[in-house]
Amino acid sequence: MIKLTVNGHEHELETEPDTPLLYVLRDELALSGAKFGCGLGQCGACTVMLDGKAVFSCLTPLLLAAGKNVTTVEGLGTLEAPGPLQRAFIEEQAAQCGYCIAGMMMRAQALLVKNSSPTDAEIRAAMEPNLCRCGTHMRILRAIKRAAALIKTADAGAAGRARP
Amino acid sequence: MILRNLMGLVVVLGALSAGGFSVYAWRSEIPEVAPAQPSRFDPELVRRGAGLAAVGNCNSCHTRTGGPSFAGGLRIPTQFGSIYTTNITPDPETGIGLWSEAAFERAMRDGVDRLGRHLYPAFPYDHFTHVTDEDIRALYAYFMTRQPAHATPRANELRFPFDQRILLAGWKLLFFRKGVFQPDERHDRRWNRGAYLVEGLAHCGGCHTPRNTLGAERGNDAYDGGEAEGWTAYALNVDSPSPVPWDKDALFQYLRHGWHEAHGMARGPMAPVVDNLNALEDDDLLAVVTYIAAVVGTPSPERARRGRSVLEQTSGNGATLTSDSAAPSGATNERSEGAAIYVTTCAPCHESSRPLPYGGINLARSTGPNGPTARNLVNVILWGLPPSDGQRSPIMPGFNNAMTDDQVRALVTYVRQRFGHGPTWTNVDQDIRDARAGNFKVGIYPAPGTDPASGVISQREVR
Repeated sequence: MIKLTVNGHEHELETEPDTPLLYVLRDELALSGAKFGCGLGQCGACTVMLDGKAVFSCLTPLLLAAGKNVTTVEGLGTLEAPGPLQRAFIEEQAAQCGYCIAGMMMRAQALLVKNSSPTDAEIRAAMEPNLCRCGTHMRILRAIKRAAALIKTADAGAAGRARP
Repeated sequence: MILRNLMGLVVVLGALSAGGFSVYAWRSEIPEVAPAQPSRFDPELVRRGAGLAAVGNCNSCHTRTGGPSFAGGLRIPTQFGSIYTTNITPDPETGIGLWSEAAFERAMRDGVDRLGRHLYPAFPYDHFTHVTDEDIRALYAYFMTRQPAHATPRANELRFPFDQRILLAGWKLLFFRKGVFQPDERHDRRWNRGAYLVEGLAHCGGCHTPRNTLGAERGNDAYDGGEAEGWTAYALNVDSPSPVPWDKDALFQYLRHGWHEAHGMARGPMAPVVDNLNALEDDDLLAVVTYIAAVVGTPSPERARRGRSVLEQTSGNGATLTSDSAAPSGATNERSEGAAIYVTTCAPCHESSRPLPYGGINLARSTGPNGPTARNLVNVILWGLPPSDGQRSPIMPGFNNAMTDDQVRALVTYVRQRFGHGPTWTNVDQDIRDARAGNFKVGIYPAPGTDPASGVISQREVR
């Protein structure tokens, strides 16, 4: 029995401890935001947060996530009330095909948790592990800047903060 | 009265010797020359210089991350404070554009810059002094034809009195032996060629030989193992901790391709060294390997037997190392936690049937768990092996964000106990904390490309 906390909800799982966290999220908890891209930690589509830090869920065995707080893109807000990062990505139309975006948002969130006013260089350095094959990187960078600003303004709360 | 005279005598003698030392330490300025026109240099000489600069690994230290090639500015942490590497592009104001060949030669041979200032031995002139005239000429031609970069590196941040360059004259008196390489008649041409490259430009001892409290290589302990950029540089001599003894074939394959099936991957600061060695022709690499194999020596029968047994036990599909055998009996909680992490996180690659370099090495063959410190294992667990830039290469993901300090310690302890042969490591907690906190900068480099024919990536110039 492994206890896993995802987006604030506790789960008790009978899954083998070497199962990649990504498979647990998608196949057992039906959280399909994180995507399978390369399976090798080279593309970032599967990025989620573990205790506030970005990890590749395709390479993180369930064992290492046990007892820690997992946050997925579903934890950032809802369709009706998108969180500031989600809102910023929508407003900047940062997605093209969208496959990389959940991972992008989770790595950006991990950055903003640690550093609420990142410089352009800091954003680029932090986002380096995540790839977008459509080439929307410039919009993604703008969206992260916008999210940093949104989080700091009351506006973020009024229009779209995710309800707890 | 007598006392006063005596004291006077001491003061006078002190002043005289200080004066004498100043005279001894003083070096004249070598006059500026007009910036050289690149066309002045024979392209063949420049080409030879490029190869020699690669062997010297010059780009590794004289280029900061993301900065223009050879423009310096990389911080070299030492126990005396930080040194920032110099700009060795031919920029007249901030580089070596006004240096004559004589000034360049003096820097290489004596560790003195054009202005007559003693250079810190972070610049390995204790090795470069062995370089021949014709190789120095080729290196000069190479550097004088690089793209000039206008960049002033930060000033050194050294503690008093180490910021007083005049003291380096004393350091040299104690530890520096000037002189061009002299062949040893007792050995053949190939050994001597290897000795020239290894002891000279390649300066392997710079990392693989331990240093004394004043930062000089301990000549009596040559190749006994040292450190580099937060990594342990393993002993190359009879004390090599490698489970399978190195031989010439393994050394050649490792230095040419960056990996060997019985030893694993080059990583950390060794990765760019291997990339740079792509510049060596097979003949010269064979010479290097011949010399290093002589340093390695012949393993004792016991060690050779153990090496063979490690290879036998780990050949095939990792069948002898299944998860069933992973939990040692009578294990403490931490050990069983370490075993569980190993089985779920490491074994899927390190016990897969996929051969090197794209599969993970069986850790029983790896030097990491057998080294004198936990550092290399900790560094690899935290940061993995980043992919090469634009070439096929092996990779390992890092687990910095996925593992707590306790988890890393449990894993390292387990791996040491199961795959290592030495005593329990004592400083693991500190190593993990230091590596994570950046107390020392851990050099993390892309894996060397496995196909040297596709070009020398780390030599690619950044402008």
